[in-house]
Amino acid sequence: MSEQILNMTGIIKTYQMGDDDQVVLDNISLTVYRGDFVAILGPSGSGKSTLMNMIGCLDTPTRGQYILSQQKVDELDESELASIRNKEVGFVFQQFQLLPRLSAIQNVELPLVYAGVPEKTRKNRAWKILERVGLGEKIHHRPNQLSGGQQQRVAIARAMVTEPTILLADEPTGALDQRTGQQIMQLFHELHEEGKTIIMITHDVEIAKNASRIVHILDGKLREEFAHV
Amino acid sequence: MFKENLKMSWRNLIHNKMRSFLTMLGIVIGVSSIIALITIVQATMNGMTSEFSSFGTDKITVQATGTPLKQGLIDSDIQKLSEIDDVAGVSPTLTGNTTVVYNGSEKKGVSVQGKNDVYFSKTEDLIETGRGLNRLDIENENKVCLIGSNIAEELFWGEDPIGEHLQIAGISYTVTGTLKESSSFSGASNNDAVIIPYTTATAILGSGYMNSVDVYMNDSNKSEKITSDIETVLNQSFNYKEDSFTIINMEDMLSSINKITTMLSYMLGGIASISLVVGGIGIMNMMLVSVTERTTEIGLRKALGAEPKRIQQQFLLEAVFLSLFGGTIGLLLGALIALVVCTLIGSTFALSVSTVLLAFGFSAGIGIIFGIAPARKASKLNPIDALRSV
Repeated sequence: MSEQILNMTGIIKTYQMGDDDQVVLDNISLTVYRGDFVAILGPSGSGKSTLMNMIGCLDTPTRGQYILSQQKVDELDESELASIRNKEVGFVFQQFQLLPRLSAIQNVELPLVYAGVPEKTRKNRAWKILERVGLGEKIHHRPNQLSGGQQQRVAIARAMVTEPTILLADEPTGALDQRTGQQIMQLFHELHEEGKTIIMITHDVEIAKNASRIVHILDGKLREEFAHV
Repeated sequence: MFKENLKMSWRNLIHNKMRSFLTMLGIVIGVSSIIALITIVQATMNGMTSEFSSFGTDKITVQATGTPLKQGLIDSDIQKLSEIDDVAGVSPTLTGNTTVVYNGSEKKGVSVQGKNDVYFSKTEDLIETGRGLNRLDIENENKVCLIGSNIAEELFWGEDPIGEHLQIAGISYTVTGTLKESSSFSGASNNDAVIIPYTTATAILGSGYMNSVDVYMNDSNKSEKITSDIETVLNQSFNYKEDSFTIINMEDMLSSINKITTMLSYMLGGIASISLVVGGIGIMNMMLVSVTERTTEIGLRKALGAEPKRIQQQFLLEAVFLSLFGGTIGLLLGALIALVVCTLIGSTFALSVSTVLLAFGFSAGIGIIFGIAPARKASKLNPIDALRSV
């Protein structure tokens, strides 16, 4: 098998709810290999958002070990987490989360700003990636001048511009109509074929079927099934 | 990284123009009132100081009321005073009011002052035309006089008065010069005065006692020693009678004026700084609102890899920007107010470097102090919670 890029063993996450500790993630183990397209499928309240935060290094486990690109994430402090998010993870959100005051290209540049890439290189890379997602003509448009599908493409471009180890998408089609959603899924397929590793969180079985591997989450526990693709 | 943060902060302030402006207003008012007050106080006090300096800091004035037996100083006292170490010269003054007549036109109640050559050699910018009194005038008791600008105008009507004869209390004096017009808000102007050799004044003014003497020093640093020497001389002269004389040292007066100026500046500056603090609270308030409003943005930036200290820097920069801008506008506004006021009250406008630095230092400080709490709040936001609050 190909290289392991993500490895979680015995991840437990508990939240303090009043006097009780509520277990949100219960002894989760997950391995993702380079080039995987994994869907994490679960209803709301199943702990899938917490798992996504964990994978995206936005949150740290209460117990267990998480290794992303050979780095022990559970041992990092806040600014090290920021740096690993910047280098290893590309986020795609349901609500796109573009900054309304910035143009498409400026939005895409943002992660490179935090990576300390010089302006010229930054512009160049942002422009190329926007072309790749089919928005080469609209780089100076503000988010409110773009359609939902176009906004999500900008968001995907932003997620890919740092060439992260994993692309982490949270309900990427949740705010789009079906047709546009399918186009976005098509883009994911293309990226997958180019060798990108994609982890997609969704509650929608049909969307999850796009992935090559589906992992079910329910009440904080994982159950894996191998998809037909 | 700093440059990028600078750009981001700037962009955000520009986006909220009205709000940024209103927030800045507090700082503008604070800084402009500090600048205006301090500058106006300093200008006024500089005017007063230079007025006092024009009386001469190199001299000590002795006012002698004397004793019932000896109602002032006499020639031998003047002689003794001039023999004190480091005394450059002594200039006594006898004053009185009398009538002056020229060519039939008469002016009553003119202030006649008996002075000596030392007065003319030690006082700058005194003579308009002609010459001052010299030693021979004093020794020979020459009947010569210098007249003030108002006298010259009223009695001579634009004619050249030099060489003309003036009747002072019935005695004929030759005019040798005119005095420069002086403007002085302390009232000590020579414009309405006639100056004659003090040796000739006794006859006119009816008293040989001198009640005022200026002692000029070679070195104003030695004023303490000289003052005590003068005391010794005068105590001997007036038999150690209490309250028979007072010694006024310009140096001392100047330093007390300076003390008052400094105190006044601090006091007014202090009062004005209250408004700066209020302005700072305004900035803090707006920054806190801004952090709350931009929670999602902060969360996103963190998700994209912004370190906490970067977020903190960005928000802090916004606060410092606001206060520095406010400070600059306040500086200009304050300087303008001071300029207008100084022009109105007729004192010289001068903006000191220290005042400018004070304004900038203050406003930057306010920005940092009141910006740090909101900036820390922003940097500590949990990215998950922040992203969720859509």
